[in-house]
Amino acid sequence: MHDWRPSADLAVLRQRASLLASVRAFFDRRGVWEVDTPLLAAHTVTDPALEPLIVQHCGASERPRYLQTSPEYAMKRLLAAGSGPIYQIAHAFRDDEQGRWHNPEFTLLEWYRPGLDLDSLMAEVADLVLPLLGWQRSQRFRYRDIFRETLSLDPFTATDAELAAAARRCVDTGDMTGERDLWLDLLMTHAIEPALAGQGVVFIHDYPASQAALARCRWVDGVEVAARFEVYIDGVELANGFHELADAGEQLRRFAADNRVRRERGLPEREPDAYLLAALNAGLPDCSGVALGLDRLLMVMCRAPQLSAVMPFDWQRS
Amino acid sequence: MANYSTNEFRSGLKVMLDGDPCSILDNEFVKPGKGQAFNRVRLRNLKTGRVWERTFKSGESLEGADVMDVTMEYLYTDGEFWFFMEPDTFEQHQADEAAVGDARQWLKEQEPVEVTLYNGTPLSVSAPNFVELEIIETDPGLKGDTAQGGSKPAKLTTGAVVKVPLFISQGEVIRVDTRSGEYVARASKS
Repeated sequence: MHDWRPSADLAVLRQRASLLASVRAFFDRRGVWEVDTPLLAAHTVTDPALEPLIVQHCGASERPRYLQTSPEYAMKRLLAAGSGPIYQIAHAFRDDEQGRWHNPEFTLLEWYRPGLDLDSLMAEVADLVLPLLGWQRSQRFRYRDIFRETLSLDPFTATDAELAAAARRCVDTGDMTGERDLWLDLLMTHAIEPALAGQGVVFIHDYPASQAALARCRWVDGVEVAARFEVYIDGVELANGFHELADAGEQLRRFAADNRVRRERGLPEREPDAYLLAALNAGLPDCSGVALGLDRLLMVMCRAPQLSAVMPFDWQRS
Repeated sequence: MANYSTNEFRSGLKVMLDGDPCSILDNEFVKPGKGQAFNRVRLRNLKTGRVWERTFKSGESLEGADVMDVTMEYLYTDGEFWFFMEPDTFEQHQADEAAVGDARQWLKEQEPVEVTLYNGTPLSVSAPNFVELEIIETDPGLKGDTAQGGSKPAKLTTGAVVKVPLFISQGEVIRVDTRSGEYVARASKS
């Protein structure tokens, strides 16, 4: 028998509806307008840690299309076209991401603020999220400081061997091998995130430049950091924000670097999104942007035990 | 054996790890906002019984272990080995002390038990959750004493000793929960 019923209680789905209404009211008050960009597009991201779901046949076309892992590129094209501040509530798709906190199809709230720096955007995320959770305050830590406090380790100056040794003290990794960022990611997920449980809303900012993704980089205290933040609620990753990279040349270099890593790992290379590069060439306004996992936010608001409990139909039933 | 990728790891899947067959208990997918995804996996080593957690890069794979749970009839022990038979094929298997483990004190001849075979050889034996066994030795029963709290040791046909209420007598058959080793009730004699 197929279980046709929803994976979430109807009461939770009503809470979901009111969350969506609250989000729309929040941005309406602030003059940020809602956009609605294509979910299925000719390009996808190059990020080696993200695999898209691919639609192989679209009409008579031989070219596959990609379900978007986030609406970022399309929204940046709107920004370059002069949209001003925009937000979107979009379904996003990431292959192979499934678990208590993951579903291959999920809902992202993504917004972009021309003229806002990363500090102001972090403040805006707190303004949105804290009232929804009924909490008063949030905390901020630099990536470097949270590592120092939690692990007595400087993530910028420690050697790769020291990072690997610290990771192996936290967890049995068998014969795992990898580069510096692998050990940093392992420490982040296995040591720092658990230490953030019970800490409420925490912003972590100024990531190592090697983890910049699409953020700008700058030099702080003698090290190169990415103008990027992550938001955690009680140790659960909720949102990721950037002071957005606007330099088309640098963007092209990062696409190429991602594809180099993809080749090394035996992953398919991804063709750089020519529309995005052309939009950056035309000029992306100086802006900050953030993508926030709405399902996870609802999960914390309802104290739900897993993501499926806040989705009408999770992956097993969709 | 087939290979299984981390996204196929399910509770109950048997895999080879560091040369030993292991059973997966739990698999949690974790990923930082950007970057490498991992699977935190809790496993039980089926040889030693040890339970621990190991983290894998998502997408890595492990070889499946040739491990099968088969219901067999317990035959007898010669003190060194315990003998079991597959009821369909009459094929006999001998298990050593390490494989039989704690289950040995609950094994009753001609009764079905679950034997885990690894590459065709018994790796472990699981007693049923409940067994009915006769008491061969206990202090005399106190007739009519059904007051709560009192108990005494009783030795069963298998050699196991369990605590029973005072009113239970030698020769009676009792039902025991093998997971806790505790008396459950009198069993009606058939």
